[in-house]
Amino acid sequence: MKYLRRRAIHGVLLLFGVSVLCFLFSDLAPGSFFDEMKLNPQISPSTVAALRSQYGLDQPLALRYFLWMKSVARGDWGYSFAYNAPVRSLLVVRARNTMILTTTATLLAWLIAIPLGIWVADCAGRLQDRLAMAGTSVLLAVPELVLVLALLYWIVRTHALPVGGMASPNADSLALWAKLRDLAAHLVVPVATLVLASLPILLRHVRASIIEVLRAPFIQAARGHGIGRARLLFRYALPAAANPMISLFGLSIAGLLSGSLLVEVIMGWPGLGPLLLEASISRDIHVVVGAVMASTLFMILGSFLADVMLLVVDPRVRLD
Amino acid sequence: MGSEHAARLALAPSLVRARGLSKRFAQRQSFSRKEFLVDALTEVDLDLPSQCLTTLVGESGCGKSTLASCLAMLERPDRGEIWLEDRDLTRLSPRDQRKLRPNIQMVFQDSAGALNPRFSAAEIIMEPLEIQRQGTRKDLRARACDWMAEVGLSPDWADRRPLEFSGGQRQRLAIARAIALKPKLLILDESLSGLDLSTQAQILNLLLDLQAEHCLTCLLISHDLTLVGQVADFVLVMQQGRIVESGPRAEIFRRPQHPHTQQLLASSRVAESAFRAAAGGRS
Repeated sequence: MKYLRRRAIHGVLLLFGVSVLCFLFSDLAPGSFFDEMKLNPQISPSTVAALRSQYGLDQPLALRYFLWMKSVARGDWGYSFAYNAPVRSLLVVRARNTMILTTTATLLAWLIAIPLGIWVADCAGRLQDRLAMAGTSVLLAVPELVLVLALLYWIVRTHALPVGGMASPNADSLALWAKLRDLAAHLVVPVATLVLASLPILLRHVRASIIEVLRAPFIQAARGHGIGRARLLFRYALPAAANPMISLFGLSIAGLLSGSLLVEVIMGWPGLGPLLLEASISRDIHVVVGAVMASTLFMILGSFLADVMLLVVDPRVRLD
Repeated sequence: MGSEHAARLALAPSLVRARGLSKRFAQRQSFSRKEFLVDALTEVDLDLPSQCLTTLVGESGCGKSTLASCLAMLERPDRGEIWLEDRDLTRLSPRDQRKLRPNIQMVFQDSAGALNPRFSAAEIIMEPLEIQRQGTRKDLRARACDWMAEVGLSPDWADRRPLEFSGGQRQRLAIARAIALKPKLLILDESLSGLDLSTQAQILNLLLDLQAEHCLTCLLISHDLTLVGQVADFVLVMQQGRIVESGPRAEIFRRPQHPHTQQLLASSRVAESAFRAAAGGRS
């Protein structure tokens, strides 16, 4: 309990620090949301000035930060100038869409990486291992952008899957099951890109930690007792090699909100990615701060989850 | 040592025989594709007389552990045969090998690494029994506690993890795990190294008691002739992957033939008196 409280306090302090830095950096950047209006001859300078004061942009930084904090306390997380709505309502919908994409991709990547990594580690040095390592090297070298464009090119040529977006135009009229199938079809390309981009790193980590554990004397001892191959790999080697994988899994959780920005923008997935891009360009500052805060929150949750998992999995890990 | 004991030694049939064992490892230099070959074992012949304690001595890197791994079926020799009674271990299918594994058990040098850090003491001893499906969990736990008592560990410690034990206690735990399967051959690969002198003597005494009680054939591997020379029935001397001298202990100690044996004996005499004091005169 004491540990939980300490972690919670650390988390809140971190969020506070991140929010302060966000405000400071955004203030250092030139221009504001209403600056583009100044170029429009149809909008008078007095209107722009009135808008600026209406949204509090003419106030000093400290006061703006205080007002933002008040809005956080109300649960609004600031106000979007572009959407004319509280940031939270915007973020929740967009974050949900992003999560659908990234959770599927992360789960799929881990579900492939663990058995494949174990298998590759088991035949380390042999042809299968060399092929797998060459494959991961190629995937590591290819940027995510190229991957997604290649897949996009493929579906445009073959018409095998819907191109872009999250749902077909007629999705609202579909029954639940058909809706889910429609969503799944839209998920294929962005999920495949994210999986292909993260798989090599996960696979190499799993392989390396399993290979290291397989050399341990207690594994040799178990072999000497006549243990079966599958039991040795999954019941002995995998738990023993789990620690670095769990830490990596924590990072995967941390990346759930921020890991797919590029893919979302290219595939037109209505997640946080396009929202954040637009908000950054138009200096819709509260949206940017809100998105950064949400990412930080996931980072904190991810590392906390990893620590809890370590505590459960490894009896040597203690709270203090 | 009485004449009766000497007669028993002379008559003891071999439990394990190895003929022409060779094993070669390819090593690669870092940042280079150049491979060079290391002959870990070269045409090794060996006999382990049944229910006797044989020690294998030699300096570090001479191939002792490779030989142990081959005997324990953890490495496959490139050439040669290993006979356990009437079966050649090098020609067994993986399935038959698994069936025969309980007959040959090994205690490793690094006791901390050889015990699964996630398991409790009882689980560690139960592990080989569970793998060989020798009973229900409850039954196996009771047996594990019995084994703990037998090797001088309190059964109250059954739920402790390996890292909560001292080095000597861990080695006792490793011995309990190895003999739980009632093996015919017990190999101790440098299992006494890294322990202080009095703990080494205690473990050695435990081993002798267990050997007598369970009719074990033991192969005790060491780089230190002082320690193992006190208790061995037979001595094998190894140098650069070959067995250069073998025979009953008394003979080797009295008339060492090979220069390497003479060298090992000369260096061991210096430390011998210290060991005698720690062992409490047991020999």
